[in-house]
Amino acid sequence: MRPETEAELVEAIAGASGPLLVRGGGTRTIGRPVGEVLETSGLAGVEMYEPGALTLVVRAGTALAEVKALLAGERQRLSFEVPDLRGLLGREGVSSIGGVVAANASGPRRVQVGACRDALLGVRFVDGAGNVVKNGGRVMKNVTGYDLVKLLAGSHGTLGVLSEVSFKVQAQPEAEATLVIEGLADAEGLAVLRKALGSPYDISGAAREFGRSLVRVEGMTGSVAYRAGQLRALMAGDVMMREGADSAALWRRVRDVAAFAGRPGAVWRLAVVPTAAAAVLAAAGGEVGGGEVGGEAVWDWGGGLVWLLAPEGRAEAVRAAVAGRGHATLIRGEGAPVFPPEAPEVAALGAGLRERFDPRGILNRGMMG
Amino acid sequence: MEMPLPDAAILSAKARIVARLRGVLPADAVIDDLTELRAYECDALTAYRCPPLAAVLPRTTEEVSAVLRACWEEGVPVVPRGSGTSLAGGALPTADSVILGVARMNAVIETDYDNRFIRVQAGRTNLSVSGAVEAEGFFYAPDPSSQLACAIAGNIAMNSGGAHCLKYGVTTNNLLGVTLVKMDGTVVTLGGPWGEASGIDLLGVVCGSEGQLGVVTEAWLRILPKPEGARPVLVGFNSNEVAGACVADIIRAGLLPVAIEFMDRPCIRATEAFAKAGYPDCEALLIIEVEGSEAEISEQLTRIRQIAMAHDPVEFREAADEDQAKRIWLGRKSAFGAMGQINDYMCLDGTIPVSSLPLVLRRIGEMSVEFGLDVGNVFHAGDGNMHPLILFDANKPGDLEKCEAFGAEILKLCVEVGGCLTGEHGVGIEKRDLMAVQFAAADMEAQMRVKDVFDPKWLLNPAKVFPLATSAARRAG
Repeated sequence: MRPETEAELVEAIAGASGPLLVRGGGTRTIGRPVGEVLETSGLAGVEMYEPGALTLVVRAGTALAEVKALLAGERQRLSFEVPDLRGLLGREGVSSIGGVVAANASGPRRVQVGACRDALLGVRFVDGAGNVVKNGGRVMKNVTGYDLVKLLAGSHGTLGVLSEVSFKVQAQPEAEATLVIEGLADAEGLAVLRKALGSPYDISGAAREFGRSLVRVEGMTGSVAYRAGQLRALMAGDVMMREGADSAALWRRVRDVAAFAGRPGAVWRLAVVPTAAAAVLAAAGGEVGGGEVGGEAVWDWGGGLVWLLAPEGRAEAVRAAVAGRGHATLIRGEGAPVFPPEAPEVAALGAGLRERFDPRGILNRGMMG
Repeated sequence: MEMPLPDAAILSAKARIVARLRGVLPADAVIDDLTELRAYECDALTAYRCPPLAAVLPRTTEEVSAVLRACWEEGVPVVPRGSGTSLAGGALPTADSVILGVARMNAVIETDYDNRFIRVQAGRTNLSVSGAVEAEGFFYAPDPSSQLACAIAGNIAMNSGGAHCLKYGVTTNNLLGVTLVKMDGTVVTLGGPWGEASGIDLLGVVCGSEGQLGVVTEAWLRILPKPEGARPVLVGFNSNEVAGACVADIIRAGLLPVAIEFMDRPCIRATEAFAKAGYPDCEALLIIEVEGSEAEISEQLTRIRQIAMAHDPVEFREAADEDQAKRIWLGRKSAFGAMGQINDYMCLDGTIPVSSLPLVLRRIGEMSVEFGLDVGNVFHAGDGNMHPLILFDANKPGDLEKCEAFGAEILKLCVEVGGCLTGEHGVGIEKRDLMAVQFAAADMEAQMRVKDVFDPKWLLNPAKVFPLATSAARRAG
């Protein structure tokens, strides 16, 4: 099914006789939902864009690339740096903005500006019973009623199918620069990231891959030069600076986890307390390979996000390693639940919400919990 | 503002209920004396008052759990209270309810600078969270103007903002996790110090749920390194339209001041008379603050000056030192106090798209004449969060009602132009009956379903947020 209006979407859901597999472009779906495919790409188009108010309202099936091009035309962008996981997951297809929201897909800049959910101002969606619901709106400050906007972001299509989303967008910075620090072992290389994030220099990226630590600043030209200089003075090791397009290319790799694209093994996404990042990997890796790591990592968010490439079938070791200091999602691989286990009282709340928003249990059945 | 009639069965069972509360709490944590209960009869929306059945002041999550469990079993409504600074009546009790105050839960549990978070008991005041990390060069960003008094618990309940949220976001953007006690006494942990909650974003819906989903007893908060410096400029204009256009141009240029505050003429005059900050007598005044090193500040201010000059301001005043910076902020910070000197006032906080600013200010001016009540506007212009202050005389029969009617018209206008009823104060009882202006029945139904999951008996802060008629069947159980 491919509805082209919200009314058709209502019909498709209300009239469904069995489970529906909700899909934007299918470029970042994780989990193993079952059902008849319900494509949202027909719900496309820009409702409103006010560059002077940093506000964008689009239908949820609109292609991400189209959104980005529209914003770029006004020298603006989505603040949260959407990962493109097609390479990592081996997918084709056209990523949709609704899929981005459903996955709360957020890249390196999260340490500075927050996630997709933090830039999301409003939603319209159709719940599992076919009711159209709107929440939030197009203004930046809004505490009117409960925040279902957050609830829908990252709900992977299990509470409702998005028909419209609105964002606070951001001006593109004049300049960007990345310090590349080589020659440090992982523990020190991660400590450098935390040190940068604890400085007043407004870091917009703090990551580590291939034995290099990366620290990014963005903003007005003079300010970027000043902060990069100050940061350089804080760092040990060999420090190089990359600017403009060279800097941007480094961050696209981190954002898209390009390091693991096309390589065999399971890919895990761990959200952890940053100081535990090295220990978590050692714990997961020690079990996995018997060697020093047995897996490889790309660290983002100053160590708060660990992308782990590990042999298949090591879910228990990985989940044990993060217990008490974060959680692990299986992004690519088989043989284990995709989403982290939840405490029973938390799982009950999630299940209760799904039951009320989708009483027949037809939306992305089997996806979460 | 109508409140539900108290449950006679609960009122007559007061002695038994109080005894039960005393059974699970230390003696000094249960208040049932009528005189002492007066302290809990209202919050900062002082026009409405009602002493509760009892008040409890627990010190731990376990005590909160025991109290809620007891009230849940007795079927007694509970109204959570932070510091009682709500301007929306969020902590207004009913005669058959127990006030659960978290003021005694004010400890810092853990500070972790390396991972940039602090974990506090939720009764801790907003400013004292920043105070706890200041020596290490950190701060907690959300800064509601009541920050000296208001509690983190209330900030989370209302998803509070502040003057600096243009850059740093509001409470929900700075909240990492909570310990929440449900009405049935179940203790739930949502999120944590790892910065991203797993599963459905329950933390996101708890923040801003006005104490209706659970009582937050502890919170992990994001702390940020303090900027090297900050400096405000003051820009005066002879027209609201031009001031609004200047704000749009600054945002459009990609500048990100930490604050853009706006005051209109009635407000400027009132604050001048009160605080004598030396503001120009003009139609609209902007205070724009930028942050960074000396060089970064001057880079930004140079750009802001260029943009402002293109709009022909009557004044552009840059703070040369700390003292001048304070003077620029002085009038803005005393605006509420200044209006309060003139008369009683009601403070609204609807948000509008920035582009609608001139239209909305003009309409408010016209309505002010129609209703015969003065109004001053002071607000966060960068994000469109208005704060019209309507002056009225509480001792004059009918004036409060007239003021409320005027306020309702302003909020309807906010919704009409694409905005919302409340940007940072919350709905409480104040805007409860206007919810249908912004939301269709299905929208409210979806929100109420969330409460059904967390609090199926609708005992937590039940008569708030949703119009009474809309929530009646659920509250009746």
